[in-house]
Amino acid sequence: MQSLTQRAKSVDRSPLSWLEKIYVWNIFKGMLITFGHIFKKKATIQYPEQTRPFSPVFRGLHVLNRDEEGRERCTACGLCAVACPAEAITMEAAERLPGEEKLYREEKYAARYEINMLRCIFCGLCEEACPKDAIYLSETFAPANFSRKSFIYGKPDLLIPDPVTKPEEFKEAKGLIEKKKKSKS
Amino acid sequence: MAEEKKLFKVTIDNITVEVEPGTSILNAARQIGGDVTPPAMCYYSKLKGSGGKCRTCLVEVAAGSTADPRPMPKLVASCRTNVMDGMIVKNITSEKVQDARAGVVEFLLINHPLDCPICDQAGECHLQDLSYEHGKEGTRFEFAKRTFKKHDLGPYIQLHMTRCILCYRCVFVAEQLTNKRVHGVLDRGDHAEIATYIEKALDNDFIGNVIDVCPVGALTDKTFRFKNRVWFTKPVNASCKCDKCSGKVHLWMRGDEVLRVTARKDQWGEVEEWICNTCRFERKDIKDWTIEGPVNVNRHSVISQGHYVGLKMPDETFSKVMNGRQPKLLMDIHSVSEVNKPNVNLAAIPGPAHSTDFDTKTGK
Repeated sequence: MQSLTQRAKSVDRSPLSWLEKIYVWNIFKGMLITFGHIFKKKATIQYPEQTRPFSPVFRGLHVLNRDEEGRERCTACGLCAVACPAEAITMEAAERLPGEEKLYREEKYAARYEINMLRCIFCGLCEEACPKDAIYLSETFAPANFSRKSFIYGKPDLLIPDPVTKPEEFKEAKGLIEKKKKSKS
Repeated sequence: MAEEKKLFKVTIDNITVEVEPGTSILNAARQIGGDVTPPAMCYYSKLKGSGGKCRTCLVEVAAGSTADPRPMPKLVASCRTNVMDGMIVKNITSEKVQDARAGVVEFLLINHPLDCPICDQAGECHLQDLSYEHGKEGTRFEFAKRTFKKHDLGPYIQLHMTRCILCYRCVFVAEQLTNKRVHGVLDRGDHAEIATYIEKALDNDFIGNVIDVCPVGALTDKTFRFKNRVWFTKPVNASCKCDKCSGKVHLWMRGDEVLRVTARKDQWGEVEEWICNTCRFERKDIKDWTIEGPVNVNRHSVISQGHYVGLKMPDETFSKVMNGRQPKLLMDIHSVSEVNKPNVNLAAIPGPAHSTDFDTKTGK
């Protein structure tokens, strides 16, 4: 029969030689390969302590961005939700009251903003659709959880820390001082 | 002797149509329909005297008439130019028209703030459609746009003067539908603005129609302000018994909440029948209306993004598979969501929602 791929190998059905018949030799050959791996570079990493570097284009957990003054950029225009192929994003908008100018950049803002991380396919179309640079996909993924209910991420989970009032946390969220913290602990 | 009316033969983009004398080129093109119809930002067939302001309906007249087949030297506004017998009009077949229209759109957008993410009209805005059709959604204008002192037009109508393109449609509505017009265009040139000269609320029974005729988001519904994006609400035909108007409306709903009520619009985006303020602003309860069915939304419109026609809810299969046993534990995640809570009726809030409406629930 003609093989479909180049990789097919026919099984060697020639009678075993004496050395192969005593069997211990083959066991020894196999163990040699096993022991040889002790001296090779480890393929595994110690996950929680060590992490693999993400590629810069990695699309992970969403972040709702703030501007330099710490105001929320999102105006609840709904373009991310309409672009979302998995229909994971919902929101409700509200009008900014006088006195809230330091909290919200625009007249209208998202009072509620939710992403269902179970539905999300991390395609990044919301990031592309956003006219206000408000939503970004970060280089982390959604942590595992025991209940499905905790995969609905609301605004408190998504918003980046305020760069004015919480500069340390903001830098940490940006990944600027993340490594320092890790090595300390 | 019954005199037979002589019909004028007009050719628009190589399609010949016979229309009555006195028809404008735009209306003749609308009789053909489809792509050959020039867009109109200021002309409104139901408002007498409208048109001739925005210049988006410019067409090229290649031959004036059979009697005088010379072409017209300049592009003409089709809403204000009447047809002649044997007239040959070029709209989409003319390079000149497309170019001029793109220029007109760009000029309209010079002072128009590109704040579509905030604007409630986005998704059903004629200027937005027009600018995207002509690839002019960006702007080359680098200077400060004109701004205005804020005018309050009462509890129902929100005026954003910066978005206005001065089409005068709302002025005609107030002139022709109400007995006393209290708003108009003040000042001239760059300072021209829609306002009531003395701070005054628009409170006539039919004044709400200015919201429907506004081609941009300059006049919007305050009761719908920021409640939802147009394309996330589902439009349904509904009617009610109203002693002031026909009661035939479109309801824009989210679930069973009536977020917005507008008049029914035809394929040109024009109101079919004017509706009164009571229908538009007060009847925000589903019980007030008789629902007739979903609105036929153009497939290319962003409003059709809400796939609510022929929506099939999946059956709960668990008990079927398990011989009628109900699940002991449902992994239902819907109770967690803060959005669209059944106990919070956005439609019941008279104006836009504020942080005061929300923070009790989010616990921020």
